[in-house]
Amino acid sequence: MCKVSFLPFFILQLNILVSYLKKEMQAYWKQNLKYLIILLIVWFTVSFGAGILFVDQLNVIKIGGFKLGFWFAQQGAIYTFVILILVYIKLMNKLDKKYGFHEEDNL
Amino acid sequence: MSIQIWTWILVGVTFSLYIGIAIWSRAGSTKEFYVAGGGVSPLANGLATAADWMSAASFISMAGIISFEGYDGSVYLMGWTGGYVLLALLLAPYLRKFGKFTVPDFIGDRYYSNTARSVAVFCALLVSFTYVAGQMQGVGIVFSRFLEVDITTGVIIGMVIVLFYAVLGGMKGITYTQVAQYCVLIFAFMVPAIFISIQMTGHFIPQLGFGSADENGIYLLDKLDGLHKDLGFSSYTTGSKSKLDVFCITAALMVGTAGLPHVIVRFFTVKKVADARKSAGWALLFIAILYTTAPAISVFSRTNLIETVSDKKYADMPEWFKKWETTGLITFIDKNQDQVIQYVANKELNELEVNRDIMVLANPEIAGLPNWVIALVAAGGLAAALSTAAGLLLVISSSVAHDLIKRMINPKISEKGELIAARAAAVVAVCVAGYFGINPPGFVAAVVALAFGLAAASFFPAIVLGIFSKKMNKQGAISGMIIGILLMLFYMTKFKFGWWFGGTKEDWWFGISPEGFGSIAMMANFIVSIIVSKFTPDPPKEVQEIVENIRIPSGAGAAHNH
Repeated sequence: MCKVSFLPFFILQLNILVSYLKKEMQAYWKQNLKYLIILLIVWFTVSFGAGILFVDQLNVIKIGGFKLGFWFAQQGAIYTFVILILVYIKLMNKLDKKYGFHEEDNL
Repeated sequence: MSIQIWTWILVGVTFSLYIGIAIWSRAGSTKEFYVAGGGVSPLANGLATAADWMSAASFISMAGIISFEGYDGSVYLMGWTGGYVLLALLLAPYLRKFGKFTVPDFIGDRYYSNTARSVAVFCALLVSFTYVAGQMQGVGIVFSRFLEVDITTGVIIGMVIVLFYAVLGGMKGITYTQVAQYCVLIFAFMVPAIFISIQMTGHFIPQLGFGSADENGIYLLDKLDGLHKDLGFSSYTTGSKSKLDVFCITAALMVGTAGLPHVIVRFFTVKKVADARKSAGWALLFIAILYTTAPAISVFSRTNLIETVSDKKYADMPEWFKKWETTGLITFIDKNQDQVIQYVANKELNELEVNRDIMVLANPEIAGLPNWVIALVAAGGLAAALSTAAGLLLVISSSVAHDLIKRMINPKISEKGELIAARAAAVVAVCVAGYFGINPPGFVAAVVALAFGLAAASFFPAIVLGIFSKKMNKQGAISGMIIGILLMLFYMTKFKFGWWFGGTKEDWWFGISPEGFGSIAMMANFIVSIIVSKFTPDPPKEVQEIVENIRIPSGAGAAHNH
């Protein structure tokens, strides 16, 4: 008798757990997408923006021997790419920890 | 010691190193053969990815191309590095979580279809074969120029070395030899660059050197722009390609980089998702060292070249000029019989032809650096070509043994059988690549650009949509990939080979060159995929669950064999 009456209760508990996990996953994914959009906007701006579309306007400015637009196209964009990936690594490692999705180094 | 002896010593030492590593890291299982056992550290994987990625073209040709194209050459710099941002953010972590061995694995499973898998295998083979032929040719060229053996012998030596460590060690052997090859190639690239930067500007960091002034207080870039103007060339720092074309080429190279199977597969070799991200960061950092130095070398060598030859007496030319003349890379025809070299933009009056590869290969000689530095460049060029060739051969062999035989033709094949098949496929692939290296078909140069366009037009949209859209189904992905590839093939063959009534620059659609068309074909792929998927049934529930699962890093485990 006892067992039967508990069963619906367990199922309810399980359902709550599953829907909680689903929500967590969705929240994690949403935050991830937000990071991606921001980082990709920067990615686009330094390369296609500063290095190509607005290169003539930026070339008016000179820093040392470099015309700024030319510098972005041949140097600045590449440095920014490296920084973008480093920032992404930092942000995602933090996000993984926050939601408990990270993996331990126990192997 | 002579350059010749130094070169033999350095090439001999580095080759023995690669062979030693190969013997130490033999592969015993398919998992070791395909993904190095899945336990490569992010740092090692970053180094290996950088060597895998930087080919003979990056090492030998890129600085030269930029030095002749100036600003227009930026497409290669931005395109071949910016792709890593896409790779790190949009592909690598999720594909690692998915945890299979190859790119067709992902396409085939995510789109629950062997048709999709076949299309992916076809693209992977096409891209890799065209690319590897160019590498073998590079090996032959380095051998023939520095060691004065003929190209055939050079290619055969290269084939034997690659065969040895790729067939024996699989991905495991390749990974650790690539780590060594990165060290060799970056050292060989940086040493002359630093020496020349100090000579010309007093800066020991070339990245700063090319933006600074010479002893007279004139900025190097201004001086070069001035020289270009005097000789009738277009300005170095502004270029002459249309803005739209520069945009499209850069986009195609970036997306193509992110879609190249031999790069993607490197991210299957690390232990967990966080490591995949980290190794993308390391990889781009190591690549950036060479890619930010290359434009500096371009400026140094271009200025050096013009100042050495322009309006100077032929008889007064330095020794390196005569030496490279005998190889046919520099040709001087004294059209007006005045014994003076006229190097100008006007084709009628110009008397000097300079091959772009000289800018890197002859750089140390032009700057009067010691013989061992010159020999180092040869060893570096070989490291760059061999590392890329090995990575590509692995993609070919795993596509055949794993995707074709194991997943489609004979799923019951034993682990041992699959391993033998993989090794046999690698042997055949090396021989085919070697054949093309010795008898380079005229279309190689054209087709290498096609490789990027194809990767951009086929893999990239299918993988990105497979991760970021749960509703993307097989009908959408397959039709998108097929339309993308066909469109790209059509445009390339029309304007590169003159098929379909051919066409000239004036006929380019919207003024976009075949090199840049990959980005248009990619857009077509995206649009077709999305539209078709709206009118066809959603993917099955299990597949949607796979997509949810790959978005979460935890529980990646090791790459597994189904």
